[in-house]
Amino acid sequence: MTVLSRQAGTHTLNEPLTDGEVLRIRNDFPILDQDVNGHPLVYLDSGATSQKPISVMEAEQEFYEQRNSAVHRGAHTLAVAATDVFEDARATVAAFIGAEGNELVWTQNATAGLNLIAYSFGNASVGAIPEQEKKFALTAGDEVLVTEMEHHANLIPWQELCRRTGATLRFIPVHDDGTLDMEAAATLLNERTKVFAFTHVSNVTGVINPVAELTSMAHAVGALVVLDACQSAPHLPLDVKALDVDFAVFSGHKMLGPTGIGGLYGRAELLDAMPPFLTGGSMITTVTMDQAQYLPAPQRFEAGTQSISQAVALAAAVNYLEETGMARIHDWEAALGQRLVSGLEAIEGIRVLGPASGIPRAGLASFEVAGVHAHDVGQYLDAAGIAVRVGHHCAQPLHRRLGLSASTRASAYLYNTRADVDAFLTAVAGVRGYFGVEVETTP
Amino acid sequence: MSALDSLYQQIILEQSKARHGADLANDQLQGQHLPPNVGQCHQLNPVCGDEITLRLETEDGGAGRTVSGIHWAGDGCAISMASASILSELVVGLGVEEVTGLIGNFRTLMRSRGKLEADEEILGDAAALSGVSKYPARVKCAMLAWVAAEDALNQIT
Repeated sequence: MTVLSRQAGTHTLNEPLTDGEVLRIRNDFPILDQDVNGHPLVYLDSGATSQKPISVMEAEQEFYEQRNSAVHRGAHTLAVAATDVFEDARATVAAFIGAEGNELVWTQNATAGLNLIAYSFGNASVGAIPEQEKKFALTAGDEVLVTEMEHHANLIPWQELCRRTGATLRFIPVHDDGTLDMEAAATLLNERTKVFAFTHVSNVTGVINPVAELTSMAHAVGALVVLDACQSAPHLPLDVKALDVDFAVFSGHKMLGPTGIGGLYGRAELLDAMPPFLTGGSMITTVTMDQAQYLPAPQRFEAGTQSISQAVALAAAVNYLEETGMARIHDWEAALGQRLVSGLEAIEGIRVLGPASGIPRAGLASFEVAGVHAHDVGQYLDAAGIAVRVGHHCAQPLHRRLGLSASTRASAYLYNTRADVDAFLTAVAGVRGYFGVEVETTP
Repeated sequence: MSALDSLYQQIILEQSKARHGADLANDQLQGQHLPPNVGQCHQLNPVCGDEITLRLETEDGGAGRTVSGIHWAGDGCAISMASASILSELVVGLGVEEVTGLIGNFRTLMRSRGKLEADEEILGDAAALSGVSKYPARVKCAMLAWVAAEDALNQIT
């Protein structure tokens, strides 16, 4: 195997990230070194998708150049080599979130993982229900609980599951600052709650939910906990065992990996008892014309040829993150998040969604510019080479709750510098003037 | 003129604030019990949340049916709001077929990826929106009101 490049340099994992080290990290991300619309690119859209380091791209290329073959079938040497790296990748990514290899199912992305869970629960809810599947079965009178801050991917699969089973969907509201109403949570979690699905970190407000506390409350009433770790797995040390969640999902492309690969964690005894969603090749033991027996997890949920090179490359991404240090990445991004929010708060006519400066949040900030639509804000920033997300960020109910239909979001990652944030803030300060919006004087 | 300035020409920024025709009342949004000479359509751009409800009123003139009124309510970016405002100024008094032709002309311009020159004789202030055609992600914003008007007309004719 070729030695993968790694130019970030030496460091001590106990010391905080510095501007100097981040500048070295940026050398590993060639896409960042370009001009956009005549300005150096400032990429602040990692909440949508992250950029990829050279080592990830090389891992995928190396797989195709050296080992490409079908996994878990065939006796030839390449098939064995491909299976080895595919399963090594599973072990690496599972360890990254504190899980065992047999507890990590490869999925296309977090959306696919959430749908897999919801459809498996749906499959457990129809026909003659075997004893081991009863804990997943839903019927009229049961409740599925979500929160008002969910991404559509952690809302619509549950709407559909409730529609199919007759169960009732309920949600925990958020406060004006975007934080979860914990008093309402305590009331809404009851003996009828079978599933509680919620996000670790809001992709709109950057609010970090108290996962361990919510999980403990859910388990006290016998509910299964599904964690959307899409915005946390890439950005902070994640330990699904310590948090005690029953399921968790994440997307590889948001954590330096390629598109088309993601993960579903499930406690081993749950995954082995849960009926499959997609069925077909690679997930069976014995098949007759009448019926089939299924492999244990994770294979029972991996029908058909998987995203092999992408899984291998995701492991390279995880290695990159661990070499840099997740706690250091989290601290760096938390500081960038505070810099974003305090900077935005200082600009007239800007309303930041979510917690005010000084209160912990992830390294992102969504905001409204009085008198200027988010689409126009994004266009203005793009002309300055700054890439941000505009729109409802797949969270329409949360935007409606906060009293707007669209916002602009800047989201940082380990390769963003304080200078990136400052360039963004300088540009935002020019938006209202450009669009000729009167700056209201405070009475 | 910078690329951004050619997208957001002064006339567009002014029209986005003027919002000519934006006087559809809240109780008219559902569009219930419309007489046969009136059409109404709601359009939503799910990508960015731009939204418009647009009503067209027509009357029988001597030489055929003409547009006698246009009223809308909406929320969205400067491009979508300016486009609705400009459309409102253009269509009153025009024959129904003229309006259909105008919409077709504007759609062709928007889909041209910056390759067509706008005909100001035909499009009036809407010619100022020609810069939008270079930004494929924004074409839907500019088309929103025009698609609504097209649908409203189809309900009448």
